[in-house]
Amino acid sequence: MMRVSFTVNGKDHEVAAPPMKRLLDVLRDDLALTGVKEGCGEGECGACTVVMDGLLVLSCLVPICQVEGKHVTTIEGLAASGHLHTVQKAFLENGGAQCGICTPGMILSAAYYLDHPDEARDIREALAGNQCRCTGYTRIFESIKAASS
Amino acid sequence: MSFQVVTPYSLDEALGALASGEKLVPLAGATDLMVYMEAGTLAPCRFLNLQELDELKPTLSVNGSLTLGAMTTYRDVRVSPIREQFPMLAWAAREVGALAIQSRGTWAGNVANASPAADGVPALMAYDAEIDLWSKKERRRVPLAKFYRGYKEMDRRPDELIAALHLPLPQPGWVDYYRKVGTRRFQAISKTLLAGRILLDADRAVRDIRMVFASIAPYTLRAVQTEAIVRGRELTPEVIEEAAQAIQDEIHPIDDIRSTETYRRRVTSNLVRDFLSL
Repeated sequence: MMRVSFTVNGKDHEVAAPPMKRLLDVLRDDLALTGVKEGCGEGECGACTVVMDGLLVLSCLVPICQVEGKHVTTIEGLAASGHLHTVQKAFLENGGAQCGICTPGMILSAAYYLDHPDEARDIREALAGNQCRCTGYTRIFESIKAASS
Repeated sequence: MSFQVVTPYSLDEALGALASGEKLVPLAGATDLMVYMEAGTLAPCRFLNLQELDELKPTLSVNGSLTLGAMTTYRDVRVSPIREQFPMLAWAAREVGALAIQSRGTWAGNVANASPAADGVPALMAYDAEIDLWSKKERRRVPLAKFYRGYKEMDRRPDELIAALHLPLPQPGWVDYYRKVGTRRFQAISKTLLAGRILLDADRAVRDIRMVFASIAPYTLRAVQTEAIVRGRELTPEVIEEAAQAIQDEIHPIDDIRSTETYRRRVTSNLVRDFLSL
């Protein structure tokens, strides 16, 4: 076990965990932040996407020993002010979510893309790492287009 | 037994730990190792967490050549102006996986993971990258094109750490080509891949060339024999066809979950034709 200090959604946390425990499990099991989902557990599906020090990461591939001193944002932190983020609103208004498992990752990736439009050629590339098994993606892309306009 | 981690805070400490005789697995962006761990294909071991080492920090410095610190990620390259001089690095970074993988995965990790289907390694190899291997005993530099010896076998001793990658600055006139053939446009592992660079004379004869392939041999393969066939010659349809045939003798593709030998052979020749028909 090791002690790791980091912030999640602006709040300080210290957890005791095995050093290779996945950030995903620490968020869900130790901090009860169940907005982050486990899909494939092998870095393919994007359901466990969170933001760490300003960058998108897959929390199933981040060992907690590498989170010391980092700042993590989960879907719960996106509306921390009590107001929904533009992307969250757009998903609501455009039917961008169905079962909801991919939605937190989709929304975080979309919000990142709107903040960093130069890092992908288009929405499809920005969301290439986020899989959805319900929607067929059209409503998701429409939501993001709506959020960006 | 479970997985343990040592986090050294100085290079001396890191190299000392590697020299102790205990098998330590260097841990950089963790995007491969966490997958193996989760899949149960990695035996319990101790990791050497490289995150806190100043000497390995993500850096892109140009001083006669481009130096990538061992912790430099795909994203670091994609957002750096260096992509103007090394366009293929940015193209390869894009192919590696989602943005969330690009922000953690490292070039040096791609080299050390030694997958024959690596996306970053072919680009590095086509740019004549060299690897800095540091141990307590010595510091040596080896060409990436001579680093691999077999499937996941490489010229790195257990006490050595990949500290940096060096890429000579490309001379003006080189044209880059990078094409990955996978099942989908994104998030797919290659069935075959060609990272090519070519320098033509004024009369369109090939002054120099690099042809590096993925997924058609046990390791990333620089096709030196096929390169030799076109070097110094004008790229006529006959010469291109000769190269497209010659590559067949140099590759060793297999049938596996992603493709077949037949498909890989055919498409690899097509990639050669496509590249040389520029």
